[in-house]
Amino acid sequence: MTDFLLELRSEEIPARMQVGARAELDKLFRAQMTEAGLDVGALTIWSTPRRLALIAKDLPQATAAVSEELKGPRTGAPPQALEGFLRKTGLTQDRLQDRDGIWFAVIDKPGRATKDVLAEAIPAIVRAFAWPKSMRWGKDSSSSESLRWVRPLSGIVALFGEELVPCKIGGIASGFATRGHRFHCPGEITIGSAADYADKLRACHVIVDQDERQAIIREGAAKAAADAGLTLVEDEGLVVENAGLTEWPVPLLGRFDADYLTVPPEVIQLSARVNQKYFVVNGADGKLANGFVCTANIAASDGGAAIVAGNRKVLAARLADARFFWEQDQKKTLAQHGEKLANITFHEKLGSVADKVERVAKLARWLVEENIVVPAQAGTAGGRAPTTAAPACAEATELADHAELAARLAKADLVTEMVGEFPELQGLMGGYYARAEGLPGAVAEAIRDHYKPVGQGDDVPTAPVTVAVALADKLDTLRSFFAIDEKPTGSKDPFALRRAALGIIRIVTENGLRFAVGEGDLLDFFADRLKVQQREAGVRHDLIDAVFALGGEDDLVRLLARVQALQGFMASDDGANLLAGYKRAANILKQAEKDVVPAKAGTSGGIAPTMTAPAFAGTTEMDRALLAALDAAEPAAQKAVAEERFTDAMAALATLRSAVDAFFDGVMVNDPDPAIRAWRLGLLARFTGAVHGVADFSRIEG
Amino acid sequence: MADGADKKPLSFQDMILTLHAYWAARGCAILQPYDMRVGAGTFHPATTLRSLGPEPWNVAYVQPSRRPTDGRYGENPMRLQHYYQYQVILKPSPADLQEQYLGSLAAIGIDPLLHDIRFVEDDWESPTLGAWGLGWEVWCDGMEVTQFTYFQQMGGFDCKPVAGEITYGLERLAMYIQGVDNVYDLRFSDAVGDVPAVSYGDVFLENERQFSKWNFEVADTDSLFAGFKAAESECRRAIDAGVPLAAYDQAIEASHLFNLLQARGVISVQERANYMARVRDLAKGSCKAWIDSQSENWTAKYPGWTL
Repeated sequence: MTDFLLELRSEEIPARMQVGARAELDKLFRAQMTEAGLDVGALTIWSTPRRLALIAKDLPQATAAVSEELKGPRTGAPPQALEGFLRKTGLTQDRLQDRDGIWFAVIDKPGRATKDVLAEAIPAIVRAFAWPKSMRWGKDSSSSESLRWVRPLSGIVALFGEELVPCKIGGIASGFATRGHRFHCPGEITIGSAADYADKLRACHVIVDQDERQAIIREGAAKAAADAGLTLVEDEGLVVENAGLTEWPVPLLGRFDADYLTVPPEVIQLSARVNQKYFVVNGADGKLANGFVCTANIAASDGGAAIVAGNRKVLAARLADARFFWEQDQKKTLAQHGEKLANITFHEKLGSVADKVERVAKLARWLVEENIVVPAQAGTAGGRAPTTAAPACAEATELADHAELAARLAKADLVTEMVGEFPELQGLMGGYYARAEGLPGAVAEAIRDHYKPVGQGDDVPTAPVTVAVALADKLDTLRSFFAIDEKPTGSKDPFALRRAALGIIRIVTENGLRFAVGEGDLLDFFADRLKVQQREAGVRHDLIDAVFALGGEDDLVRLLARVQALQGFMASDDGANLLAGYKRAANILKQAEKDVVPAKAGTSGGIAPTMTAPAFAGTTEMDRALLAALDAAEPAAQKAVAEERFTDAMAALATLRSAVDAFFDGVMVNDPDPAIRAWRLGLLARFTGAVHGVADFSRIEG
Repeated sequence: MADGADKKPLSFQDMILTLHAYWAARGCAILQPYDMRVGAGTFHPATTLRSLGPEPWNVAYVQPSRRPTDGRYGENPMRLQHYYQYQVILKPSPADLQEQYLGSLAAIGIDPLLHDIRFVEDDWESPTLGAWGLGWEVWCDGMEVTQFTYFQQMGGFDCKPVAGEITYGLERLAMYIQGVDNVYDLRFSDAVGDVPAVSYGDVFLENERQFSKWNFEVADTDSLFAGFKAAESECRRAIDAGVPLAAYDQAIEASHLFNLLQARGVISVQERANYMARVRDLAKGSCKAWIDSQSENWTAKYPGWTL
């Protein structure tokens, strides 16, 4: 058993691609080995900015010999068939075996030296390697067929035990030599085998294991902060990114001028993080402090003083810019900034952003005036129960005014300098500027949060002003794009309408807002998004279908309540039994429809029995019992549905269970007397109809 | 920020002269700036047009670059509407391009064991040139000092072979080396005898004030619009006449006039994309015409080479 080492050295691999590259190397290596019939156990795969490495432990010296048996034509078959078989197997006729009149070819494949297998596998892996973006380089790139790699590939180490695995790709031959740290050890170093690889690199200032580099950064950054009485603001994304940018990471703490702390902390953090890949730190008070941690790639000869000084200067320039934007932006009110929105096209068919703002402002006010969004009650988070009386007039007027104002100003920060520089701060900066100019807190909050919820894990607004603006903004987007027939198709959703619809669904359902969200195509679109959302939340898709099949429901809150009640009901014995009874009834009705196509005795015939109908002679105890049960359950279920007590509606249906069971046990629906048969079919139709009033049980599996 | 207190950091011009000597010693022809107004060293035909085709091409040059919208009337310590780029093109890209580049940093006085030099992913794209490449921005202690790119396409055509492009931001690098916080405080040249030293501000501060004013406030927009149209039609005439080098000049002209119109604030957001597409068409058309005029020669000299 022998260990194999592969190192693919290249110019700096982007940090963000290294995780994927390790997985790709694992996958491709395993595929090659499996194809050759070699068992591979655990693989060690490492990456640094300048190399990808793989160690496979305990490979055999050779692959096992295999014997392959191929069945050929009958011995009596025409000669062409035999010739074809010989061509296919590459054998001569005397090597074939005649077994009961059929030719068999037995091909013995001897084992292959693992080293040879690897020598072929390495070029195949390199050629098949999928990078998010790849490039050509050097002399060979005169041809379009030249090797592609993420950045120029500069060296290959391939050792099986202590032996070289000879191979060549794109003019690069495998060897024993690699290079250490770019600056600390720029010369060649010779690797003996997988066993000494990591240690030799370490001696040359390369920590090849990314996990170890991450730990050094994680712990070193925290310690650098702690030593100065500060707390590191943890950021695992930055840990991974910095580990992907360094072979010898050295976290260093620097300070910046405390005057910059007048700028909002999010701006400082973003500036430090995105542009410079620095961590930020908090002071003892838990607030952002004037410190940062950068991660150098060298153990500097002066201990890092020059590096910290340089980085401090760069950060200072960034923060000076940010502070300039912060101060400059506040020289105008948001309303003044907003004037520029008239020059920005929202969509060529939908006018400017200012036009959109106008629509959203009207819609936000309308949502309040229609009592769809209402002032928060003490202790609740907005929304209302259907029975609540209209809210106090003054409160509602203020809410309407605030919603309209917030909507008018919500997009103004798009034309501020700060958001121009950091687009991801949209909303947040508007909120800061609103507060700074003394607008009401609820308005500032609504401006800040009106894009929410952005992703699946994001908070859903609950403050009434925010709810009104967030909802109006998204509703306008959806309705406007649907109006100009720009609907998402397949994977194309350039205006993020699916996300907008999901945002609306979450705002509406989590706040219990009651109104018709749309009609026609738009309603279908909502239904689709809601289905996806419910499925992802673990609700059985057949139950969702059973409710959606009722059709025409434009109140998402009611729709969801029905789905939830149905899910609870179907988990109970009553639900399962009722479903069984329903299916039986539906089958009989279906059969009857087929048998008596023109007859009036169909399921929807006008003879659905009632207690007051003249009793007829053939009816039995069981007929009467089911009729009585239906007379009680049907109106009760209807009333419960009308009052949106869906659990009660299902409970009412559950009372039919014993009567239905007894009916099927005790009577023949297809009675020889056509009148009795028709009456009983009518009874069953009434039963299925009653069930349909709650959900379309024909869609439910089971 | 001098590396070693005994050694005085290079003046701005000595830094340029050192880079010239460094790249000349590595086989580069040292060209002079192109005599037209351009936004970056990449616009020089020595990069745009010569990065196409199979012939080896190794050059270095300084290119004055104009970005009208970056003007700050001489009041911002870092931003200029006119600055210098140092551009190196090596085609095909040599295997030791990174090492050669790092050698040039050492030559101008940056010690890589004292300062943190890093290659950080940054893919380059120029929509107006129909060009893209992969590479990095090079950081020195967190500051971007160089753009380092392997050209993959130019004018919409594959670069065969690929050229390596190194673009140094000269002012930034000099500010770094000299430890200066304000660009106008840079030593442009050193005092010699009783001839006084010259600062960057001595040379350019008044230019920044006047050109910022002209770019933003004075330039006659009707003339600029007319100039854009004229350049556009002249570019097409030159392409039709089979003189792509002259056509490309007009593409550069149109690009700069567009930048000036932007600075004057007379191009709406909607029109912007349209103007950029028009400039790109001119640049691409010129590249195509250049290829057409050269490909017979190229395929004769490099059998097997295809576009």
